Amino acid sequence: MLKDKSEYMEILIRGIWRENPVAYQVLGICSALAVTVKMSTALVMAIALTVVTAFSSLIISSLRKKIPSNIRIIVELAVIASLVIVTDEVLKAFFYDTSKQLSIFVGLIITNCIVLGRAEAYALANDPIDSFVDGIANGIGYGLILVFVAFLRELLGSGKFFGIPVIPQFLFDAGYQNMGLMVLAPGAFFIIGLLVWLKSSLTGPSPEKR
Amino acid sequence: MGDLLSLFINSVFIGNILLAYFLGMCSFIAVSKNIETATGLGFAVIFVLSVTSPVNWIIYHGLLAPGALSWAGFPDLDLSFLKFITFIAVIAAIVQAVEMIIDKYSPLLYAALGVFLPLIAVNCAILGTSLFMVERDYTFIESIVFGAGSGTGWMLAIVSMAAIRKKTKYADVPKGLEGFGITMIIAGLMAMTFMMFSGITL
Repeated sequence: MLKDKSEYMEILIRGIWRENPVAYQVLGICSALAVTVKMSTALVMAIALTVVTAFSSLIISSLRKKIPSNIRIIVELAVIASLVIVTDEVLKAFFYDTSKQLSIFVGLIITNCIVLGRAEAYALANDPIDSFVDGIANGIGYGLILVFVAFLRELLGSGKFFGIPVIPQFLFDAGYQNMGLMVLAPGAFFIIGLLVWLKSSLTGPSPEKR
Repeated sequence: MGDLLSLFINSVFIGNILLAYFLGMCSFIAVSKNIETATGLGFAVIFVLSVTSPVNWIIYHGLLAPGALSWAGFPDLDLSFLKFITFIAVIAAIVQAVEMIIDKYSPLLYAALGVFLPLIAVNCAILGTSLFMVERDYTFIESIVFGAGSGTGWMLAIVSMAAIRKKTKYADVPKGLEGFGITMIIAGLMAMTFMMFSGITL
């Protein structure tokens, strides 16, 4: 029951841009704020989340007719938690330094609202392949915001891009300073707030209105 | 005793779980529209955190940590990779139990907190506190104090946010920034205020 390519494109675009999980549905911002001090951690986190969301959607969607609806949250959490354990072990094995920096935030993918939200809102009502694509789309949508926020924070906060200094020395000599605020918690809040402003003035306001 | 007090103050103000570690943001944004509900959820979080943090400590150090099962004849066993799934199951079970106990013995409290309890099971602040507790090697007593302190800090943040949002209803916020956008910027300003505490040494 493979569908036309354009239908998958449609699901992808909806997840990545029009109904972006962070900027539009206001999901999963806990980790979006915490891991964005540096590009490298943000990228690893984005990939980890995309993998977990895609596979949890696929598995839950395949099981959707078998899961009794009153215990579905527990079943969903068990599926997600198992995937997160696998992801965490893989990260520890191959990217040990980054996984140390991400500390508890890989584990917190379990309670990341995006994963459970997509499982509840999409995977339970659609067939496995659609859900898989939807999971990837939402993962990428989340990842894009993460990488963009990390890019701004790393550039403004420590003058680096992937750990490589990019601000030329003569600017520092001329009195330019790194903006320490960006590395700290408030910088993340401000950037996300402004980003939402940009997004909603481009595509109309999100449903989360007062 | 002094150490415990400073750990408590530290987890309420300097290392505020919400404003410094960004945990529990989803419900922070969703439930901070109204002061009464924010207070209710805040108390529920304090309560659940003070219970789950020590219980998870016992389970981690009694069953999962490397070498913890030596009493059962498995001194080399390291089950710490199971901590995610164990902690989330323990949290979900405790939240369910707390809900039933409150329902049975205090209908008044249940009426106030009941709706929030299921929400708490997937609040990242709860799981995050348990994971921090493992990562920072707290002792049993410290885990109770840390749980209660984190909960108090979270409640402080959400109640003040609800109060500020009530005021912003009368403010003229630029179109497009209304709602989520301005909430994030207010949270940023609050985080800056809380950073002021980091100069305090106890």
